[in-house]
Amino acid sequence: MTTGLSAGLGLKPQHYEEAHLASADGLWFEVHPENYMVDGGPRLAWLETIRGRHPLSLHGVGLSLAADAQPDALHLGRLAALVERFEPALVSEHLAWSSWRGAYRPDLLPFPRTNESLARFVDNVDRVQRALSRRIAIENPSHYLRIEGHEYDEIAFLTEIARRSGCGLLLDVNNVHVSARNLGVDAEAYVDAFPADHVDEIHLAGHSTDPEFGEALLIDSHDAPVSPAVWNLYERLIRRIGPRPTLIERDDNLPAFDVLQQERRRAEAVLHAPARRAA
Amino acid sequence: MNGGVNSSGCLRAFQDGFAAALIAPAMPSDAAHDVAGEIARLVAQPGFAVYRNTVRKGCIDALQANYPAVSRLVGDKWFRAAAGIYVQLNLPSRPSLLDYGADFSNFLATFEPAAELPYLTGVAQLDRFWTEAHVARDEIPVPAAAVAEFAAAELARVALRPHASARWAWFRDAPVVTIWGRNRTTATIADGTGSPASDFEWCAEGALITRPRGAVEWTPLGKAGCAFLDACAAGGTLAAAAAAALDADPGADLGALMAQMLDAGAFGRLTVHDDTGRAAR
Repeated sequence: MTTGLSAGLGLKPQHYEEAHLASADGLWFEVHPENYMVDGGPRLAWLETIRGRHPLSLHGVGLSLAADAQPDALHLGRLAALVERFEPALVSEHLAWSSWRGAYRPDLLPFPRTNESLARFVDNVDRVQRALSRRIAIENPSHYLRIEGHEYDEIAFLTEIARRSGCGLLLDVNNVHVSARNLGVDAEAYVDAFPADHVDEIHLAGHSTDPEFGEALLIDSHDAPVSPAVWNLYERLIRRIGPRPTLIERDDNLPAFDVLQQERRRAEAVLHAPARRAA
Repeated sequence: MNGGVNSSGCLRAFQDGFAAALIAPAMPSDAAHDVAGEIARLVAQPGFAVYRNTVRKGCIDALQANYPAVSRLVGDKWFRAAAGIYVQLNLPSRPSLLDYGADFSNFLATFEPAAELPYLTGVAQLDRFWTEAHVARDEIPVPAAAVAEFAAAELARVALRPHASARWAWFRDAPVVTIWGRNRTTATIADGTGSPASDFEWCAEGALITRPRGAVEWTPLGKAGCAFLDACAAGGTLAAAAAAALDADPGADLGALMAQMLDAGAFGRLTVHDDTGRAAR
C-alpha cells in the first residue's frame, strides 16, 4: 500500500485546534468513527476542517466482527456514510467482539480461534468491505486470558483472514508486548513472524500494570507514553518490513499536543532510517 | 461460508457465556453445552477482571461524560456508584456512547438515594438536552427578519417548526435551570461546592437549549414560551401557538417572547398555511 502516510496521531477533541494548525509532511490523524456517528454539529465540522489539511484514518471499535452475527446494519450504514464523506486513507477494525444480542460492551473481547469463528469473521469482513467499497485492516487485540479450544495461533488466523477476504492487517506492537507478557509468549518471535505483506498500519501505545498483579498482568490502557520495550519491538519490525503508516495512540491521561508530537517524531525517525534496515 | 460445521454453535455459546459472566458475578446457570465449565475457568483467571473492569469503567465514564452537571452536583463518588447500578441494569445498546443513558433521568427519578434531591431528574434531562442539541443535524435558524416581513393579519397563518437542535422544558417544582446552569459551567461557584446555593429564589423555571450556529446555547424560558414551542412542534400556526402560550400564562408578552425565541435560533423552518390549514409555502 502506498498511502504516503508517515507517523500519525490519535485525534482528541481537546487537540482539535492544534491538530488543524499542525504542519508536517506525512502527518495524519486517526479517530474512532463511533464518536462521529452523529447527525451534525461541531464534532463533524471539526473533523471536516482537519480533514481539509490532513489525511484521516477511521479506526472502528464497534463493528464486533468476531461476534457470531452479521455486523449491525445501522452501524455499518453510518460507517459507510463517514467513509464516503471523509474519504479516509485507512479504515480498520479489531479481531474481537463487543456487541452481542443487542448490547454493546465497550471493550475488545476474546474468543476461540476455530474454523467456525474464522469462517464467521471472514464473512463479516467481506460484508464490511462490500458495504464500504474498500479494503479494511484488522488489528491484533491485547490478550488477558488463556482461552481453551484455539485451533489456530493468532498469526495463522490473521493471515488466513487476510488471504480469504483480501483485507489488510493492523499490527499493534503494544498489544503484542502486553499479550506476550500476559500469556507468556515471545513478543519478538511474534513480531518476526507477522506477515509483512499484509501490514497496512502499525499502532504504538502505552500500557500500565494491574493494581493487584503488577508486572504479571499488563493492561493496554493507552494512558502512558510508548514504553522502551515497545519502541525496541517497533524498530525491529521496521528493520524487517520497511516503513508503514504508524500511529501514536493515546486515549487517557492526555498530555499536551506537543508531547504527542515528540513521540510521533520519534516514530518518524525510525521510519526514515532506511540505512538501518536489513537488506 | 461454511467450515467448522461440526463445531457450529460453539462460538455462539461461548459469547453467551462470556457476556453473562462479564456482568453477573455469579455464573450463568443456563449456559449451553459444557461452556459453563470453560467460562468458569476463564473467570477464575486474573485477566478476566480486566475485561469486567474495562466494560464497567467504559460505561460509567460515558455516563459521566454525558451527565456532567449531575456528576458535579452529587460528586464523583455518588455519581459513579449510581452509574454502576445503572450499568448493571442497562448496557449500551449501540457503540456510539453519546446515546448511552438517554433515559438516565428516568432511572434517577426512581433511584431511592436521589429522592432527597428533587431537582436531579430535571438537571439530568437538561444534560441530555445539551447532548441532543450538540449532535443534532445542522440547520440554519429562521431569522427574525423572515417573520417581520409578514403583516399582522398574515402572521396568524404562519407556522414555525422548531429548530433541529431546539429542546425546551418547564420544571414546575424546582429552579432546575439555575441549578443546572451553575453546575454545567466550569466556572467556580461562590460557595465552592456543587450544591445549590441559597442566593436564588426557589421557584419554577424553564429553559430553551439550541445550537443555532457552532456551539450549544441556552436561555431561560417561561411557561408561556414552553407552551408556545409545544404548539409549534405539534404543527400549529402562530395563532394556535399564541393561544397556547396565553393559556399557560395569561400575562405573557408575546412580542418579547417571539423576539427571544427567534434570537435564540429556536426555529428551523417557516411555512404559511392556506385557509384550509394546509402548508401552502
